[in-house]
Amino acid sequence: MSPDGNSAPAHAPAHAPGHGGGAHPAQEGPRGVAAPGTVHVSHDHHELGFLRKYVFSVDHKVIAIQFMLTGLFFLVLGGLFAMAIRHQVAWPWKPIPGLSVLFPDTGGVISPEFYTMLFTMHGTIMIFFVIIPLLTGAFGNFLIPLMVGAPDMAFPKLNMFGYWAMIPAIFFALLGFFVEGGAAAAGWTAYPTLSTIATAAPGSLTGQTWWLMALTWVGVSSMMGAVNYVTTIFKMRAPGMTMMRMPLSIWGLLIAALLQLFALPVLTAASILQLLDRTLHTGFFTPSNLLVNATRPELLSNAGAALDGASGGHPLLWQHLFWFYSHPAVYIMVLPAMGFASDILSTHARKPVFGYKPMVYSMSAIAGLGFIVWGHHMFTSGMNPALGMSFMVATIMIALPSAVKVFNWIGTLWGSRIHLNSAMLNALAFVAMFIIGGLSGIWMAATPVDIYIHDTYIVVAHFHYVVFAGSVFAIWAAIYHWFPKMFGRQMNETLGKVHFIGSFVFTNGVFYMMHQIGLAGLMRRTADPYTYATYAHLQESNELITLCAFALFVWQIFFVINFFHSMFWGKRVGRNPWRANSLEWEAPSPPGHGNFDRELAVYRGPYEYGSPEVSEDYLPQTRKLGDGAARPAQAHAHH
Amino acid sequence: MSQATLAPHAGAHGHHGHKADPFAYDPAVDAPAEHHAIYDYDSGPPVERGKFAIWLFLATEVMFFTGLIGTYIILRTGASAWPNPEERLAVDITAFNTFVLIISSWLMVRALQAGQKGDKAGILKWLGATILGGALFVGIQVYEYIELYKHGSWPNVDIFWSTFYAMTGFHGLHVVVGVIWLICAWFGAARGKYTAQNHMGLELAGLYWHFVDLVWVLLFTIVYLF
Repeated sequence: MSPDGNSAPAHAPAHAPGHGGGAHPAQEGPRGVAAPGTVHVSHDHHELGFLRKYVFSVDHKVIAIQFMLTGLFFLVLGGLFAMAIRHQVAWPWKPIPGLSVLFPDTGGVISPEFYTMLFTMHGTIMIFFVIIPLLTGAFGNFLIPLMVGAPDMAFPKLNMFGYWAMIPAIFFALLGFFVEGGAAAAGWTAYPTLSTIATAAPGSLTGQTWWLMALTWVGVSSMMGAVNYVTTIFKMRAPGMTMMRMPLSIWGLLIAALLQLFALPVLTAASILQLLDRTLHTGFFTPSNLLVNATRPELLSNAGAALDGASGGHPLLWQHLFWFYSHPAVYIMVLPAMGFASDILSTHARKPVFGYKPMVYSMSAIAGLGFIVWGHHMFTSGMNPALGMSFMVATIMIALPSAVKVFNWIGTLWGSRIHLNSAMLNALAFVAMFIIGGLSGIWMAATPVDIYIHDTYIVVAHFHYVVFAGSVFAIWAAIYHWFPKMFGRQMNETLGKVHFIGSFVFTNGVFYMMHQIGLAGLMRRTADPYTYATYAHLQESNELITLCAFALFVWQIFFVINFFHSMFWGKRVGRNPWRANSLEWEAPSPPGHGNFDRELAVYRGPYEYGSPEVSEDYLPQTRKLGDGAARPAQAHAHH
Repeated sequence: MSQATLAPHAGAHGHHGHKADPFAYDPAVDAPAEHHAIYDYDSGPPVERGKFAIWLFLATEVMFFTGLIGTYIILRTGASAWPNPEERLAVDITAFNTFVLIISSWLMVRALQAGQKGDKAGILKWLGATILGGALFVGIQVYEYIELYKHGSWPNVDIFWSTFYAMTGFHGLHVVVGVIWLICAWFGAARGKYTAQNHMGLELAGLYWHFVDLVWVLLFTIVYLF
């Protein structure tokens, strides 16, 4: 198929359907399978009550907004945890102003145990309750049906259960803070035996058990979502919407969903095994003859008595199973963001995406390689050097498809007419900061480097550049870009730009200097590193980082005000405020029940900006050329 | 982009005109059409959506059991000594149980064949037999667990029993879910839900049932026989 011009869809609608019964009777194939390209036209206009409409909704747009509000709430909570962590690292054992109201018995001072809980739950919440739900839950739900031309997800009820499975996950995650010993404190990676031996850490009492329950429910939610997304993308595209005409956002979401389908169940299995280790005292991750402080450690029992359990397992086995999912999870957290950035850059630069197919292939390559690199998280675990070398080579190979993407983004911007609005600014920042995070990733993939910098702040800098400066900026870009479609109103541009500039400056203020203090050897996950005289001189740097972090957190007030104010009082916009090409802009803003109020036919890819075939600088996917409507005489390209 | 060059045009089949200010809300162009139809398109591979989705779901199940079986293989090959399963497990009873499950898979095929003919009585008969087979399997497994418990063989005793209970237990849970699914399908059939043209619900339950049986053949081989 050609990316421009007309290549007619397989079943282009011959006429607009009437309002009567099915204008296109479904062609039933053998055994009840409708032939591809058939359209089922139905009418159902029933008013739903408040609960069915906004709480137990099966509408993908409402579920998307549920995921988004949940994700943004947890972004604030996870951010608060980060602020407490930063306060402690900058001014160890100084009381946090105002915290004594919540914790009168400690006077607002963070204990070492509470510090480990904070960074454990910060990581857990940001990954499982913020980034993944925002990217796949919120935008996956909102964009997939609209961008492929479907009236809803393939299985709307399953979609609803996907959100409701998050509720027990949230409950268990927060429950940890209210049980004896507090929340999980073994890091978001939950390495045994720290996580499985009750006496190892305060959070290893019951907090860790609830953490595992939360993780399992997140997995159930993601699995339901992923099945729905993949089925919708493959089975419900509008006529003419071939795979290679799909927006890159859809490609990113599709590949992320496939990663979830194939990687997540392994983590579910692993976390259930750890749960069994903790409750039934199986021995999957408990080695033989484990001694803690020269004695056999107590295993946890619900009755509180010391019980002996099975042993003979491998703590390292957990690390393999955990990273088998959690490394692909890194790509689940960045591939949709890459897709959003591609769409937003192209739309606001008024230029086609440079190299559409290489973009698709590079995303697939990143996902494929992402399955065989998990070992690079474990270089210091005593791995066979030959195996470490294989993981290192595979990891460095990911730089190739990543570089293809970066150069294609730059190629998209080259010579374009960039509209520097809030969405575009955030998307540009995504590209810029993904380059920084990506480059440090190549460098630390080399085993000799990694062994030196393992568990230092440079690792913290690296993954925050990818996941915060990368994915979160892409999420902001996506919110600014698709907000008009979600709520029918535009977000305030001035507030958006103010929000962007402060966020960009302070994000780099927080994470850039972590490279330096990391190289100086400062280790992460340490409540008071300055007890070691070697690191005492790094406290001033940490104070500056913390001030930037506070400023970054407070700065988000501009976003919160803008978001909620615009939701109700923003400027009303029409169907296609950005003059964009993809299908979601054909629907009303916000789209009603069933999304599209007219029949769709797709004639080209989504990036025909500045096409010589039309006088406008954009050419929607649904616009049919060749019938003499507003087509300049000189352009006569038919394909 | 100069606004002056934007000539308004009417696109093909109901395209709305374009406005000078894209941000302005123009009810004539932007308001949703009233009482419009809902367009639901079919695309892609010629399989029904539910069937497509169940294969994806089975792929996640394959990966779940890959995690469990992989754990078992790593722990067993990494152990200095591993007990002979024949000395600890009643292989003959479980071999009979495996036979029961394989037969139930065949019964499921017969139920689906009846469904393809729209033979309601046939569905009820064969599906009922499948359910009995599944229930018998669960019953024998529970009996096995009780006998083992009486001999003090429990997951916290050693790593052999840890892996044994995790793998057979999760498979057992899948059989229970499968039996419940089949019972739902049986009541659906009793209500006349499945016809010669549409028996997708029966087919999906069957796919899941065959998957559960297949996993058992694998588990029986590596846990009981080797």
